[in-house]
Amino acid sequence: MKLKSYGVLARLTLALTLMTAPVAAYAQAPADAEILNTYANVAQAGYEDALTGAKALEVAVDALIASPSEATLKAARQAWINSRPAYMQTEAFRFGNPIVDDWEGRVNAWPLDEGLIDYVDASYGTESDANSLYTANVIANTRITIDGKEVDAANITPDFLQNTLQEAGGIESNVATGYHAIEFLLWGQDLHGTGPGAGERPFTDYSTAAHADRRAAYLKAATSLLVSDLEEMVGDWQTDGAARKALPGLGISAILTGMGSLSFGELAGQRMKLGLLLHDPEEEHDCFSDNTYNSYLDDGISLRNVYLGTYARVDGSVVKGPSISELIAAKDAALDTELKGLLDASVGKLQAIADRAKGGEAYDQQIGEGNVEGNATVQAAIDALIAQTRGIERAVALLKLDGVTIEGSDSLTNPDAVFQ
Amino acid sequence: MHIRLTILLAAVLATGLAVAQDGVPATRTDLIPKDLLRVQKVTAPTTDFSKPEQFENLSAGAGTTRKPVNGNVFSHFQANLSFEQQADFSIGDSLFRKLWVSAPSSTQASDGLGPLFNSRACQSCHIKDGRGHVPGPGEAGESLFLRLSVPPGANDTRESVNGIFADEVGDPTYGGQLQNFAVAGLPGEGRMVIDYTDLPVTLGDGTVVHLRSPHYSVADLGFGPMAPDVMMSPRIAPQMIGLGLVEQIPAEDILANADPKDANGDGISGKPNYTVDPVSHSVMLGRFGWKAGKATVRSQSAGAFAGDIGIATPLVNKPYGDCTPNEAACLALPNGVQERLGVGEAPDPVLDLVTFYSQTVGVPERRNIGDPAVLRGKEAFYTLGCTACHTPKFVTSRKAENPAQKFQLIWPYSDFLLHDMGDGLADYRPEGLADGYEWRTPPLWGTGLTQTVSGKTELLHDGRARDVTEAILWHGGEGQKSRDAFANLPKSARDDLTAFLESL
Repeated sequence: MKLKSYGVLARLTLALTLMTAPVAAYAQAPADAEILNTYANVAQAGYEDALTGAKALEVAVDALIASPSEATLKAARQAWINSRPAYMQTEAFRFGNPIVDDWEGRVNAWPLDEGLIDYVDASYGTESDANSLYTANVIANTRITIDGKEVDAANITPDFLQNTLQEAGGIESNVATGYHAIEFLLWGQDLHGTGPGAGERPFTDYSTAAHADRRAAYLKAATSLLVSDLEEMVGDWQTDGAARKALPGLGISAILTGMGSLSFGELAGQRMKLGLLLHDPEEEHDCFSDNTYNSYLDDGISLRNVYLGTYARVDGSVVKGPSISELIAAKDAALDTELKGLLDASVGKLQAIADRAKGGEAYDQQIGEGNVEGNATVQAAIDALIAQTRGIERAVALLKLDGVTIEGSDSLTNPDAVFQ
Repeated sequence: MHIRLTILLAAVLATGLAVAQDGVPATRTDLIPKDLLRVQKVTAPTTDFSKPEQFENLSAGAGTTRKPVNGNVFSHFQANLSFEQQADFSIGDSLFRKLWVSAPSSTQASDGLGPLFNSRACQSCHIKDGRGHVPGPGEAGESLFLRLSVPPGANDTRESVNGIFADEVGDPTYGGQLQNFAVAGLPGEGRMVIDYTDLPVTLGDGTVVHLRSPHYSVADLGFGPMAPDVMMSPRIAPQMIGLGLVEQIPAEDILANADPKDANGDGISGKPNYTVDPVSHSVMLGRFGWKAGKATVRSQSAGAFAGDIGIATPLVNKPYGDCTPNEAACLALPNGVQERLGVGEAPDPVLDLVTFYSQTVGVPERRNIGDPAVLRGKEAFYTLGCTACHTPKFVTSRKAENPAQKFQLIWPYSDFLLHDMGDGLADYRPEGLADGYEWRTPPLWGTGLTQTVSGKTELLHDGRARDVTEAILWHGGEGQKSRDAFANLPKSARDDLTAFLESL
């Protein structure tokens, strides 16, 4: 509970920081190297905090496995929820940095075909087809068939999950690792559709239920893997880490590319618009726990963090330094002010989704067919994210980083113009 | 979110103009004379194999992706999309991966699977956006299936324009393809059976290569016998990269390579296929599918939704997919149409999004283009005559609606025309103007990443070739001469050619 309440505090702190931030343009713009250094520092701190959260989750999971009870299951769920804000606030780093984007699927892939992992409700269906692992239920089966070959699944280890089960058969929805696999193992399927309620897995799944020991082994392995994957990413952002070292080559555009792609393509598009389009409760990011509203809000905060070059850490300290905001302000103070306003506005609209969820209407209910107000609340956030991406595009143009989108860019004479 | 329907409309118009059958090939109309000269210069075959050509690494021009070479390498959007286009791509990507469920379900906007189907999701066949797999022993066929048709009878009711037909006449019971799966309560149509025969081939240096020669049949028919004159053609799911750029190659430039009667006597025909486009109901040049039977990514996608997954879209609005009146039990099942949500089981804008996605999956940058073996192999590729069909370069239309696909120098290594490939590859089943021996030259970009992406190397229209050497050795008919020249090369030169193909 401590960490959870901290999350709110962190947001308050950040809001205060924003309000007191100077609005006048800096006399001199910071150098690209300084801006990238802040960016990398924010990334490193974010992944360190995510790692801290994952380690706390591991402790809670160990406690659940050691003595399964209503209380230890609840504590493990809370540890999972507490672990999410720091991770989600790193998402603005994903698209601008190929190293992060390539790694991301291991920790945060979704949606997943949970029938691969554990038992599912009969309504899940058993229609066998291309994804022959759709209902493989590795927890109940010590041998499974992947691509026509029988595979020994007797020992559920981190290595087995990462190198055998993850994306088995080349099917991307065979997600075996990461936050959402763990989420499924803690909550179980949310069988309430677009009605109220999240997953209701009983703690006895880890004590008296069939295959409790293998379920525990899976949960333990997936959690250990999350910790080691986050350790790897923390390493990538340390001095001499691969992601930090790649930054000078990627340049300032990495920051804006990451912001624009997360804001429009990933968050407004894949994560929000699709679910609204289909009114499908499976199309929410944290679909077992109904924690989606927090994840999306933290995505919004992540975008604002990288623009302002600031991050409020879990321990209360603040990482900050020269930012791309200052660079823009030095060239076009009005655009910087506008973009800050747009970033605040989208966080505000995402906050409205969160408020509605805390008021009793979970995200999957908000996107349900016929829920006019809920749909409109989600659409307003989508619109705000799109509006802020327009601002990001103008920043890209201002800094002349937009070879990518210049009309009539001519590949016959200079295709590299688009690869800044 | 804003979907640009106009993209498709522009594509239809751009290609529609070029249908000048049998006449002198027209010149593309999208360029001013100065640019036309530049295009002619840049697409002329190279004669210098001492170093890579300028921009050769960028197989798809400015949209070429530069991402880590691993299983995800075919799954990235074209590199020069705007943020807004990335959103459409991402939503389309989710729909491409979506497992459709049978009707009725609680998610009414996304049910309607089948009743007969080959797969529940696009991505299940286009594995990691790459090629499909040949089923192993005991496995059900998934991303490889059989197309079915019978010769048209006297009472042919198909849509046709100027003697060009929109599709083939399906089996009276089993329709246009064999769906081996069905929703609960209904049998699948049957089980595709593949019997491979070992076919040893001796190369010039005495090396023996063992090809596997397939024979296809169907067991466990679910709805009685097939027509006695049914024709079957195996088809494996192709890779998804670069399709929108192929769509933007001016038809005039494809037709410029056509020589259907081999007037120049080089033994290579190059025949355009034509089809009736379901959007415009006009005759259009076919460029997609193993026999170039589809003109646009949109019509190909709608066809696959209906035939492969059993999902009706506004363009191919068949809620019962490929079920026929002889499959009454199939037609008696519920479908997933909800009129209040729109036309079909996947109402607008689902098809728009999946089409946009399919048009903008990026082509990866080439690897090792300056490697001496690759350059030697490239020279062999030219001197052996492979480029007679595997045309290296095109420049896409200036009039492409999507700015990211406008006037790009692309390297697909295909002429997108039909060629007689001989008895070994023949399916003896016509499709449009393609006869039972003819296949469309498949693009070769991405060939070297096949294994990386889909975990297997299974090339050609039915995945029979397990590496590029086998694929080359299967070439007969118009490809026989080049195939023989390859077979008679010393091993080192064959390895060079392989190195070149692996670098694509």
